[in-house]
This record gives sequence, C-alpha cells and structure tokens, in this order.
Amino acid sequence: MRSTKAASPGQVLGGATATATGEGSESGAVQPDGSLAALAAQYGLRPSAQRPSIGIYLRELARRWSFIMGFATARNVAMYTEAKLGQLWQILAPLLNAGVYFLIFGLIITGVSRGVPDYLAFLVTGVFVFSFTQRTFISTSKVITDSLPLIRALQFPRASLPLAYVMIELQQLALSMVVLFSLIPITGEPVTWDWLLVLPALALLTIFNAGLALFAARTGARINDFAQLLPFLMRTWLYVSGVIYSVQVFVAQHSQNHAWVTTLLQLNPAAIFITLVRNALLANQRASAFGAKAPNAANCAAWAGTPRPAGVSPAAWGKALTQVKKDLPQHHPLSQYGSAYCHASFVSSHLWLFAVGWALVALLLGFWYFWRKEVNYGRG
Amino acid sequence: MARSAQATDSMVLPAKTNGSRGEPTVIVDGLHVVYRVYGAGGDRGTASTALFRILGRKTRPAIREVHAIKGMSFVAYRGDAVGIIGRNGSGKSTLLRAIAGLLPPEHGTVYTICDASLLGVNAALMEDLTGERNVVLGCLAMGMTKAEIKKKYAEIVDFSGVGEFINLPMKTYSSGMGSRLRFAIAAAKDYEILLIDEALATGDAEFRVKSHARIDELRKKAGTVFLVAHDLEEVEDTCNRVIWLDRGKIVEQGEDVIGIIDTYIEASGGEKVTRDPVTRKRISAPEPDA
Repeated sequence: MRSTKAASPGQVLGGATATATGEGSESGAVQPDGSLAALAAQYGLRPSAQRPSIGIYLRELARRWSFIMGFATARNVAMYTEAKLGQLWQILAPLLNAGVYFLIFGLIITGVSRGVPDYLAFLVTGVFVFSFTQRTFISTSKVITDSLPLIRALQFPRASLPLAYVMIELQQLALSMVVLFSLIPITGEPVTWDWLLVLPALALLTIFNAGLALFAARTGARINDFAQLLPFLMRTWLYVSGVIYSVQVFVAQHSQNHAWVTTLLQLNPAAIFITLVRNALLANQRASAFGAKAPNAANCAAWAGTPRPAGVSPAAWGKALTQVKKDLPQHHPLSQYGSAYCHASFVSSHLWLFAVGWALVALLLGFWYFWRKEVNYGRG
Repeated sequence: MARSAQATDSMVLPAKTNGSRGEPTVIVDGLHVVYRVYGAGGDRGTASTALFRILGRKTRPAIREVHAIKGMSFVAYRGDAVGIIGRNGSGKSTLLRAIAGLLPPEHGTVYTICDASLLGVNAALMEDLTGERNVVLGCLAMGMTKAEIKKKYAEIVDFSGVGEFINLPMKTYSSGMGSRLRFAIAAAKDYEILLIDEALATGDAEFRVKSHARIDELRKKAGTVFLVAHDLEEVEDTCNRVIWLDRGKIVEQGEDVIGIIDTYIEASGGEKVTRDPVTRKRISAPEPDA
C-alpha cells in the first residue's frame, strides 16, 4: 500500500508553467510558490479562506437574515417535539421557572422581598428578563462546537449562528412576555401606556445580548473550558443584578459607606435592563424609582433604615421616622415608596442613556471580536 | 459568472489535450491542513491525571494534532472535472473542505475564482422537523432566498419522491427516504465550482439513476467540478483529470485518468483491470476499497 510512484510532490496539475506546454521541466514547486500566487493574481482568484472586510461581511450577514430566522424557528419547534405537551412547554417552562423563584424568595425566604411593593410581579419580571441574557450567553458559548458539522459543510457568515441563537432566545422571551402580560394584571397592576416602553427596553437588551453572544461564541470556540465556567459566572451575575431583591434598597442602604460598590451595581447592564422593564410594567416601580419625587434625604434615610443623615434636623427626622412606620395602604406610603425621595447618583432617565450605551458598545465590540477569527471556526 | 459553452463541451468530452488550459478556477498552493483534536491525549482523561498534569505544569497535553494535508499544489481550470481518489483517511474530504474555504489552511493558500460550494446540506437539517420544514431550512442554509425556495420547493419534493411523508418528521423516514430528500435538497442549487463528496447518490436503483443524472446536469452547469469517489468507474467516466492522495500527499496527478487509476488499483492490491485495447473501457472491473 505504499505509494509506488512517488511523483514529484510539487508537480503542478495541468502545469501552470511546465506540464501544460509539454516541455517536461519539473519546476518542482514544493512549498508556497510564487508562480502560483502570481497566476492567481493574474486571473483574479482570491484565497478561499480569507476573512471578508467588515462591510462585505455585514452585507452577507443581512442576505442570510432569513436563514437566521428560519434556523431559530426550526430550533424552537424542534425543542419540544418529544414532549407530550409539545409546544405548550414554551409557556409552561417560564411559568414554572417563575413559580419556583416565588416559592423560595416570596414565601420561604421573605427577607429579600422587604421594601419591594408587589413582589410577585417584581420577581417574575426580573427572572424573565435576566433569563433571556443568561440563556443566550450560555447557549452561544457552545454554538461553534455544537455546529461544527454545519460549519464544515456550508459557507456562510459564521456570525449567523450566534445571532440565530439570540433569535431563539428572543422568541422564548416573547412567549415569556405573553405570560407576564397576562400575569401582571392579576396582581392588580394597571395596564397603562407605559407598557409600551417595554419594547425599546427589550430591543436594546436584544442588541446587547447579540454582542454578548458574539463574544461568547468566539471565546467558547477557542477555550473549551469557558462553557464549563459560564454557569457559575452567570449565577454570580444573577445575584448582583437585583433579580430577586431590589438593587434600590441595597444602594440606598450602603451608598454612604460603599459609594463605588453601589455605583457599580447601578451601572451593571443586567440591572439597568431589568429596571427599565420593571419601570415600564409596574406602576409601583415607577412610583418608587430613584428621583421619582423631589429629593428628601430624611425620607430616603428613614425608608432605607440608615442613621440620620447630616444636615437633617431632628424634627424632620422624627417626622420621617413616624411616617415610615405607618403602613398606609393608600397613596405612596413612605414605607414602600421612600426610595423615590432618594437623591441617588443615577435616576431613571439616566438608565435609558446607559442602556443605549451598553447595547452599542457590546454589539460593536462583540462583532469585531467575532469577525476577527471568522475563518478559523471550522478548525474546531 | 457566465458559464462558457466551452466548459460544457469539455465536460461532455473530457479534454485530453495538453494545449492552453484557459482560465484557472482553483489554485491550491502549498496547502497544509491540521486538525486539532481535544481530549485525545495520552492520559486516561480522569480527574487525577488532569490534576497531575496541572501540578506538573504540562500545558494542554490533551490536544493532538492531525496533519491531514501535507503540502499540496495544483491548478484546476474552467471545464475541468477533477476526480480525487485515495484510501479512507488520505485527506480527500479535507481537501474539498479546504477548497470550499471551510477549513483554514495551516500553511499555503487555496485560491478560487468564486465561492466553491460543497454539495452537502445534511448538517443543516433537523431530524425532529418535518420534511417540509427541512426543505426550507436546507435551502436557506445554502443561501437561497425565500422566493427561490418557493419556486424550487415542488421540484425538490417531487425529485425526492417521499410523497406525503413530506409532512412527517424526518426521523420517521426510512434511511433511503431520508437520504433521497437530503440529496434532493443539496442538488437544488446550481454551482460555479462544485465539490461533490462521495456517498451522495444513495437510495434504491431507480433513485441512483435519477441522482446520477442530476449530478451530471450539475456538473455540466458548473465551471469546475471536484469529485471524491471510491467508485473508480464513475471517476473514469466523468473526470478528465485525477489526483491520487495518500496520507495527505499527492501520489500522482494528471490527465491520464485511466493510467493513474490502474496504478492506484494495483498499489492497493486489487486485481489488474482488463481493458479493451482500443477504447480502454473496462472488461472486468474489480474495485479496491469496495
């Protein structure tokens, strides 16, 4: 089985130079060969595994948009074909998810719900919005390894794959939102025009997640251990993002002593997007948002349970303290809405600016980072 | 993008001339391809060996490199049908993927005149979904637009012959039906540089005839075709040049298709092929690797 006839290894088929003209000279081009490159240049041939420029890449990606959407829908449909309840799980899964969190943090460990009016709606909104980011990040960290057969069979912009996974999760989120919209009015929440703000908030979150997905896809493709580590990172992120407790309460309690920690907590993109959606959907959240009322240090401190701030007269402090103890059910009892009086570093109108910033930065950096290694994803 | 009539002609009657070859479409220049396999390392892959590895400060011994293509150079021209032959694991499929730009070269370059397409859409399909959805998904994956798919849909389903099964999930198909539908989807597009990996034309006898006819048609439309096949007679019938690979290197290549194939058969320990002295057609055709 040895190669019997060891033809010169560099012999050129149909000879760019020699064999074609029959002159029989074995030019013996063994390694990358100037003459072949020159021939390629002469006839305008291009390296097949060459990274396209960003402009061409984007155009190609746009052309493949229907593939991205088709792939996402197909994956979503295929996900529950084995289950008896079938597509009903698309609704049941987020419902059960929210139910588990409510059981534990709403009924058993009640400490975290302190200072949060209408905790059930608060919690479910947070869980749904955060799980969009969480699931996108975790699934896209494996997208290149999982799709290796596809990558090795067909030529298409590889960014289609992580983006398709974002679309899969977006479709899941849309169903979660249907659940949420029908759940929230049951808790007594009024349906208002503010609900429309959910749309820009989630659009920005989707852009942000697309950036994360591109980052996770390349990192997961290069470093296999990344996918193992990610669930732990994501759980840490969940706990610092105010999904199950109120970041506002934490910030108000600790901003005097740990200013930079509370600033970071508020700049956390997940917390920003969650707060934006909550503010859009929940009247209680809007009313208690930082800066919703004229700043009043006494009211804020009394609500947060911190010592009397400097510059607050004992009389005003005493009044605030008594007010906070009255658990009045009607308009804006201080015990529940005191955060509205806090003069925090960031108020709700700042959040939109930060959300736009995070979305753009994540998408641009993520795209650039992914595109740099475009031709290498087939290597595995 | 215009396909020249000359290309079509030379496909029907393989050009055996050594004259001017015309326009090159694929240039492979000193190509090396290396696969990296994780978790194939020398140790047993247990936690304790991993710990010792970390303690011993050995870096990632679990990566094995497989040097699949070790320095290849050749040029293919418009109108060429190039057969690639060789034993299993000699690098045939890897070469096709490198030409298609799906695997990055370790060294060297593959130049192509336009995107080269591998005739293989299987990886995009999902067994849990109906045939119908898979037709659409596969066509989208190949880069067809929705309008093109609408036009081709009936043709694909007809060609596959799966009938009303098209509304059932693909996992319920018999293996023959599945491969028929996969082939029908893959062959629905026209290509400029077409790369065909073996074992596409499967199914029963009737479908084999149909799919061979379709491959011929694709080959005539395409500017350049690469065909990986164990069916050496097919290579003889359709290719005007042949490349014989062994262990990632070119053993022999050229336009003497029959001569090279005979040498290959001999080298693989097969029986010598008896040929008609005039037409050089096979009289009896034993096949290696069959």
